[in-house]
Amino acid sequence: MTKMTLKTEGDTHIVVTRRFAASPEAVYRAHTDPKIIQKWLLGPEGWTMPACICDARPGGKFRYEWSHPRQGRFHITGEFVELEPPHRIVHIERMHLPDPTPDNHVETWFDADGTGTLMTIRMTLPDEQTRAAMLSTGMERGMEASYVRLERIF
Amino acid sequence: MSSTFELNASFSALADPTRRAILARLASGEATVMELAKPFEMTQPAISQHLKVLEEAGLIVQRIDGAKRPRRLATAGIAAMDQWLAMLRKAFEKNYDRLDEVLAAMEPTTKGKRR
Repeated sequence: MTKMTLKTEGDTHIVVTRRFAASPEAVYRAHTDPKIIQKWLLGPEGWTMPACICDARPGGKFRYEWSHPRQGRFHITGEFVELEPPHRIVHIERMHLPDPTPDNHVETWFDADGTGTLMTIRMTLPDEQTRAAMLSTGMERGMEASYVRLERIF
Repeated sequence: MSSTFELNASFSALADPTRRAILARLASGEATVMELAKPFEMTQPAISQHLKVLEEAGLIVQRIDGAKRPRRLATAGIAAMDQWLAMLRKAFEKNYDRLDEVLAAMEPTTKGKRR
């Protein structure tokens, strides 16, 4: 699959782009409706999301919990900062392992692209140390739980 | 751990979380022992011991700058970070492939709908 890109930018950013064959309205909804989020935001095989709370309005909170039969559980909490349906979401989140990781600031755009949507996610960590810590956590967690965390970053 | 990401010999140096964090820190640029010790709340001798293991594994190298010995990632260390990014990319792709299917199922009912 070559339609997605993921790259680091400077010391503290990670940028992801992906095209979808659906309208910005549909893609936006898939990122803000908890019942839909639970269907796809699952990471590697074996992980499920038994609890998903998502109050998609400015100041609203979200909480996603993942579970794996052998690797255990963890969760993410966050707050929505700005929402411009169906084009843009700004939120802050952190992972609980169980101690919280530093806040990750995330801006997501859904732009009409022909008959589909181009999604762009730009993650901003507070400093290079935090991104470094994030990377190290990625390696520490048998790489699996970590990328659930990191892919969760929008 | 996924067999896709079987670690080679040099990765055995990464069995320790502090060494993984040091490698990740060096991914963002060269650093002195003092700079590396700071975020870990460890003594400089303790960090130096970890640096020695990483150096012997070929993951980092040092250069001489007066009295300082700043470390940076070696090619193997860069490869480790690239591998991590590749893994992250793969996980994102899996999610979005799933989302493609979800969108294909929901699009007819949401077409023309505006919020």
